Amino acid sequence: MLILAIDTSTSAITVALHDEGRALAERTHLDARAHTEWLAPLIESCLAEAGKRPSDLTDVAVGVGPGPFTGLRVGMVTGLTMGHALGVPVHGVCSLDALAAQAATLVEGELLVATDARRKEVYWARYAVRPGSVERLTDPAVDRPGELPDEVRALPTAGRGPVLYPDLFASPVPVLDVDAAVLARVAVSRILAGEPMPVEPLYLRRPDALTTAERAAR
Amino acid sequence: MTAEQPLVLGIETSCDETGVGLVRGETLLVDAVASSVDDHARFGGVVPEVASRAHLEEMVPTIERACREAGVQLRDLDAISVTSGPGLAGSLMVGVASAKALALSLGLPLYGVNHLASHVAVDIVEHGPLPEPTVALLVSGGHSSLLLVPDVTSDIRSLGSTIDDAAGEAFDKVARVLGLPFPGGPHIDRAARDGQVTIDFPRGLTTGRDMERHRFDFSFSGLKTAVSRWVQAREVAGEPVPVVDVAASFQEAVVDVLTRKAVLACREQGAQNLQIGGGVAANSRLRAMAQSRCDDAGIELRVPRPGLCTDNGAMVAALGAQMVLKGRDASRLDLPADSSMPVTQIQS
Ligand SMILES: [Zn+2]
Repeated sequence: MLILAIDTSTSAITVALHDEGRALAERTHLDARAHTEWLAPLIESCLAEAGKRPSDLTDVAVGVGPGPFTGLRVGMVTGLTMGHALGVPVHGVCSLDALAAQAATLVEGELLVATDARRKEVYWARYAVRPGSVERLTDPAVDRPGELPDEVRALPTAGRGPVLYPDLFASPVPVLDVDAAVLARVAVSRILAGEPMPVEPLYLRRPDALTTAERAAR
Repeated sequence: MTAEQPLVLGIETSCDETGVGLVRGETLLVDAVASSVDDHARFGGVVPEVASRAHLEEMVPTIERACREAGVQLRDLDAISVTSGPGLAGSLMVGVASAKALALSLGLPLYGVNHLASHVAVDIVEHGPLPEPTVALLVSGGHSSLLLVPDVTSDIRSLGSTIDDAAGEAFDKVARVLGLPFPGGPHIDRAARDGQVTIDFPRGLTTGRDMERHRFDFSFSGLKTAVSRWVQAREVAGEPVPVVDVAASFQEAVVDVLTRKAVLACREQGAQNLQIGGGVAANSRLRAMAQSRCDDAGIELRVPRPGLCTDNGAMVAALGAQMVLKGRDASRLDLPADSSMPVTQIQS
């Protein structure tokens, strides 16, 4: 199973090639505003480093967010199109799950993942970290960080939430952005377990506009 | 690769249509479009985030449908082309990323091309090679441009453009004033057919000094204001608003300015041909008046069929195929989506 993993839901544009339980190559570029420019060349150079051709891929895994919409879509449409062009399945992974898996080596017990949702909000979810397993306890949500319950904000917290709101998150975990190599690992274990992995974007917010009916009702 | 007849897939996502077209050389094979216009109608206009979401949903299904309808396999393609600008940034990015993914997966050259140049190039698959030079009038909800086109793959010059609203935007706004649904163009066209040109609305930028400083520019916001004032005055006076006559008079004013300046541009630039493209090119009065003024001036008028005038993937494929035929270099894989790409920049 040669899997290409892509995530563009955080500040990292991250790509990895994963085969038989190990990452063959990985590329990450930090720039939350240039996904369109960087992503395809990163994939190309990952393949080149591993000495693989696109047609060697057996699967594509893509982070489905939540994350800022514009960048998120670049990664998702890239994964979906490559899957279609190569005739291989595309699997969606909640990007917060990848961050939780990254933090799992540093934390035991409960974990919070809180990422930048812009507009003074965070995307977040709670996890239980046990030896050999990471389980999501809540659905991904978007809220103002100050509105999360105190006991939630007190949990060890991965993602850029604690960097952006240091006063509100008491115990930061040094995992900031998604690492596609870890996302690939999460994807492989779910594929092997036969879990459904829909490639549906987790927007968590509706488009920022009122319908004519809503405007009239104001 | 069959160099004489390259098979090119073109992707267009600059606004609210997800378009995928297939062109072989100068022959149109298929033009598949998924429109999110119904989603936008609920909002009374195009909402960028709604458009971008629809593009992500429709992108791969539209590629699939185009290939299926043309009986083409992706591995048969010779090149990919995509609108890299101008347009809505978030929408462009979906198409550009998808095109890169295709090019990368299939090992094909990628051409990031200008949306406006594509509107011009599409006429090649409809009416054959473009006479050089051609004057092109592109009018839609997003653009109103008058262009001189010596070579659609390498040399396009801007003669003028709107200094405020796009022509199609004016149709949408006036439709709202008249209580007609979005998008306004087709509804005003239909209403105007039952009406008479009874009101002399202003023709922006057509007199004295304006014809010196803004010879080939357009302005429609004054016209829109004049229409709403006229309607308001009727309402205040408690009189009924003759919607069909207002529609006909407004439409006449827009079409008069567009065609007058377009024909003047042809004369002054020594172009024997006028091409009209963009969604507003579907307007029946624009077509009729352009035809009669071109006939009077001895100019050949070329207007692609309505489906190829509105935004579509075929036009992008048509320009991509020209790029291949003329031996232009492919774009780089790190090409950006450029929401404000100037019309003079044909490729990125
Ligand atoms: Zn257009």
